[in-house]
Amino acid sequence: MKRARVAFAGAIHEAQPHERGLRLADGRICGEQDVVWLPPLELGTIFALGLNYAKHAAELKFSKQKEPLVFLKGPNGIVGHRGVMRRPDGVTNMHYECELAVVIGRNARSVRRAEALDYVAGYTIADDYTIRDYLENYYRPNLRVKNRDGGTVLGPWLVDAADIPDPGNLELHTYVNGRQTQSGNTRDMVTPVPALIEYLSGFMTLAPGDVILTGTPEGVVNVNAGDEVTCKIEGIGRLTNFIASDKDFNRT
Amino acid sequence: MFVVNDHRVSLATESLARDVDASGLRGMLRTQRGFRPPVSGTVYASLLNDRAAQQALEPEMRDAPYKAPPQAPILYVKPRNTLVGYGARVVVPDNAKGVRLGASLGIVIGRVTCCVKAADAMEHVAGFVGVADLSIPHASVYRLPIGDQARDGFCVIGPAVVARRHVANPDALALTMAIEGGASFSGSTSTAVRSAARLLQDVTEFMTLVPGDVLTMGVLHGSPVGHAGDRVTLSVGDWAPLRFELVAADAGAGS
Repeated sequence: MKRARVAFAGAIHEAQPHERGLRLADGRICGEQDVVWLPPLELGTIFALGLNYAKHAAELKFSKQKEPLVFLKGPNGIVGHRGVMRRPDGVTNMHYECELAVVIGRNARSVRRAEALDYVAGYTIADDYTIRDYLENYYRPNLRVKNRDGGTVLGPWLVDAADIPDPGNLELHTYVNGRQTQSGNTRDMVTPVPALIEYLSGFMTLAPGDVILTGTPEGVVNVNAGDEVTCKIEGIGRLTNFIASDKDFNRT
Repeated sequence: MFVVNDHRVSLATESLARDVDASGLRGMLRTQRGFRPPVSGTVYASLLNDRAAQQALEPEMRDAPYKAPPQAPILYVKPRNTLVGYGARVVVPDNAKGVRLGASLGIVIGRVTCCVKAADAMEHVAGFVGVADLSIPHASVYRLPIGDQARDGFCVIGPAVVARRHVANPDALALTMAIEGGASFSGSTSTAVRSAARLLQDVTEFMTLVPGDVLTMGVLHGSPVGHAGDRVTLSVGDWAPLRFELVAADAGAGS
């Protein structure tokens, strides 16, 4: 099953896909652009993986890692499908990152990888933006690069884990203004989903609503104000957002 | 909204936080058990915001992997599994390494704060709270060592959020981290690289803070290392102190 959270007519609703857009829990049918899409769940801890696809790591000139590179994000960055991110004037490299997002469904502590997928509630898509101009080498990647308002687009749907039997073989694609710029497959992850859950739950407790953003494959390119960016993951959906300028945000 | 009239304190057995005066708080700490963190939002901690911490790393800052001194604030998240309150029993994962007992002051946000100027920043603050920011000692600050920072119980907060009106100057508060019968470390928020107001200005330029969030002013350099069995006290000024214990991995945790 696929579920979204949307705002419509003054309230927040759960919704499911419908041939004319989506169907709210109370039965109303709405078009895709008639609602405000919210992140598909209320998030707990947000984990993000750096350099989790071998070719992307090579693209950024990194060699093999001893353990997964995981950092943490706050909820300020999370926006739903069709959300907007500000691109500060004067930056030279702000890029999307299409990522499989894994949503934890049960408390997990010291889980072994063979059982790890039993702890997954479902999957969604993340487009996790980076502004490389602001990269500094302290607790890298620093939050000014990776935790900006509107910089983590999530959704549109939370897809039940039962509908995705193998998260380790899903095609990912990104399109900028309709042109494909990124292509990959989750089978190329350096640390696949079950091993990530084993790793994290080995030293801390994971809880329902925690989300792991599992990293992005090669093919990240700079985007500009006015661009429309769409990330697609096989079986999960397509997630769009828009890039805006300082002027759009009344910051000039 | 996140409002603190006097001292906001949260008991595990009660659904709503209490708001009491200083003597009421001390009475509760004597008679009650089971305190939760008195805050509700995300906890962001500052790295290298103590001048002594920057000076200690200064000789390495121009070499790989750092290559340059930091320009913007460096933050990290203390996730929800780390957050515990007064009286917590925190498991020490590896007693040979111990646990760094980072003395820190938390700025508790009262209003949505985005692009605030330092001169106006304090109007967005509900109050302040003691934060014992725990980590497994690590030398490199190149990558976030999540396994050293995000262990269950590794951020002890409390006992109460002290209302802003009680805090004349958050940039001149004495902090003491003391291990019973052992090391005691004292410092002050006056040695911060960025003052509380300046930190809020520089952070909210790129991320919005919301009511109940906590932004720490960073661990004071020289904070001690504790081990299983230690009883620890973090004192901030003359506030009711924050107490917690370190326990061995097989002793069982709780709060």
